[in-house]
Amino acid sequence: MHISNFTERPYIGVPEDEIIMNDSFFGVSNKFMDPKIAAELHNRYFDEKLFMEEVGFDGVMLNEHHGTPFCMGSVMNVEAAILARITKKMKIALMGNPLPVADPLRLAEELAEIDMISRGRLISGWVRGAGSEQLANNINPAHNRERFNEAHDFIQQAWTKDGPWRYEGNHYHYRHVNPWAKPYDGVPECWIPGLVSPETVVWTAQQKYTYLALGTFLDASVELWNLYADNAAEAGWQAGPECFGYLQRVFVADTEEIAQEIGKAWLHGGGQSKFARPEWMFPPGYNTKAANQRLARIFMDPEHNAIMPGTDAAGGNIHVEEARRRTMETYEPLQELGQIMVGTPKTVLPRIRNIMETLRPGVFVIFQIEGPVSHEMSMRSIELLGKEVLPQMREWAKELDLPGPDEVKPGSRKLPANGIRDAVVNLSSVAAQ
Amino acid sequence: MANTSTKWKEETVSIDGSELSIVRGGEGKPIVIFHGELGDPGRLGWQSDLASSRELIFVRHPGFGISPNIKWLKSIRDLAGLYAQLLRQMGLEGADVIGFSLGGWIAAEMAAANDSIFGKMVLVAPAGIKPPEGEIRDLFVDPPIKYVAASVNDVGKTPEFDNLYGGATTPEQIELLVDAQAGTANLAWQPYMFNPSLPHLLKGVNGLQTTVIWGREDAIIPLSAGTAYEAAIASAKLVVFDDCGHYPEVEQREAFVDQINSSLA
Repeated sequence: MHISNFTERPYIGVPEDEIIMNDSFFGVSNKFMDPKIAAELHNRYFDEKLFMEEVGFDGVMLNEHHGTPFCMGSVMNVEAAILARITKKMKIALMGNPLPVADPLRLAEELAEIDMISRGRLISGWVRGAGSEQLANNINPAHNRERFNEAHDFIQQAWTKDGPWRYEGNHYHYRHVNPWAKPYDGVPECWIPGLVSPETVVWTAQQKYTYLALGTFLDASVELWNLYADNAAEAGWQAGPECFGYLQRVFVADTEEIAQEIGKAWLHGGGQSKFARPEWMFPPGYNTKAANQRLARIFMDPEHNAIMPGTDAAGGNIHVEEARRRTMETYEPLQELGQIMVGTPKTVLPRIRNIMETLRPGVFVIFQIEGPVSHEMSMRSIELLGKEVLPQMREWAKELDLPGPDEVKPGSRKLPANGIRDAVVNLSSVAAQ
Repeated sequence: MANTSTKWKEETVSIDGSELSIVRGGEGKPIVIFHGELGDPGRLGWQSDLASSRELIFVRHPGFGISPNIKWLKSIRDLAGLYAQLLRQMGLEGADVIGFSLGGWIAAEMAAANDSIFGKMVLVAPAGIKPPEGEIRDLFVDPPIKYVAASVNDVGKTPEFDNLYGGATTPEQIELLVDAQAGTANLAWQPYMFNPSLPHLLKGVNGLQTTVIWGREDAIIPLSAGTAYEAAIASAKLVVFDDCGHYPEVEQREAFVDQINSSLA
């Protein structure tokens, strides 16, 4: 099993009321961004990642968002390049580069350089980018899927085909493709992060990539795993744990009380659900027709149309305290639903075991505590994970036979002789949850 | 005079292997009508008023929720070229045209390419030229219903406001608005709602009688763009409606119909 650590690397310093008043992290004015504070945070986050390597994580995972204090990784390849040099063993997983908003040739070069500098420790992931990324980069959302597919296919060629050659595509045109940068040891390992889109799962299976579920509910994840495995079986191969990754938020501290206190930081500003307003998450043309139908229903809902819970119907006065109270009301239910795990190593481990047994992932990403939490507290949390959680997870991974994609190549397992695929999940564990 | 008994008929026209949805009604000399960036707003009073003496032919743009998307269409000029084919195919070359907002831009592109394609042209607050002052309101940062509300100068004084886009009160109606936003994104994302070369190409329009109608309080496309249109087309006359926003046809129905009757007489 590959165990990685992830945070959004948020900018800490925007008054929370500003985020609440905006009903979204995306769109908060960058007048609240102080580069001196950001400099300290960037360096702090690198220190924390170095410590993750020291305590035994197999990798770190980065992501990229634009125009938001939610995540300072506007150009995560810059962070990845630094990590490539300052870390020694850890893999660097990029989940993922938003293909439609990038220049694919330059991206192929950047990633190859990172892979070379790290001597082959890059795990490259691809995403369509949240809707807000299309707005922030001014990339036509109506062409998002076309650009994703074309850029993906182009980069595979740029990494493998001897140049120089000419490329005339639909959205991209290059008269001289001859990058003087190639991945260290062939096309890097690839994971594809996803939430619930079945199209993404099917595409990931077709590419023989590892699918990384970003904290999807267990029952929904079971369906996605089965969809992947069915598609693999149709193509003639057996999916195994190496094909699946799971990201889980795990906020640990020395005592239950401290953990419960720091866990609240994750709900700062409204938490993940306030990443961006629906009209920015799903700009026109970004989604399928089915998704447009869902969006239309959201726009019909007076609560959403009125900007936010706690807002009056005219969308005017934002009741900050009311919004904050409503957000905090979700803290316990989120724990009960398993969306976040908060506690000591001893109390979170059985819940982690349940995920490992049920979903049988070969990749486990721990989403570490973040937000307005001190560096010392973050470091202690990393230490506890490394010393008291990871060793047990590794033992269980052996017992449950959960190889990661660096141990068994996705797509390399054969179907059973009878042609009927083996199960990829263990539903008896769901019942025990 | 209002004709509330107009029978509107939907039909499809096949062009380049795609089906275009058309709505026709009324009797008389035909007027081709191009809708704006939010799709076909539905059948409204001004249309019935005109239908007593003219045949109205509404073309629903491909990829705006009703006519299917056409994959190769990537710009307003592409669509203008396709519609030139369409008019020839339908025997409507030389017909009068009214284009609203984004639809006005389509008509202007067609006229710039061939100034005899229309008999007379009315552009109602057309997109297509970068306003010398102010900027075109961004369709893509708000739910569409907010854009509709910002389109009229005074919702309370716009009797048919509740009929625009069928009232936009059901998920299906909102979905059509979202689809139309996607269609607009496909064609006009960047530069947003204008073509830098259009004012230059419009200089070549020779003698096409053109009326450019604008609401003085238009909060979608500022009036300065109307002045730019008047300057670009030698044969154009700018008519400004006071106390009026982006939809003079519903905000000042009677004056609008009078103006059309006069412009397209």
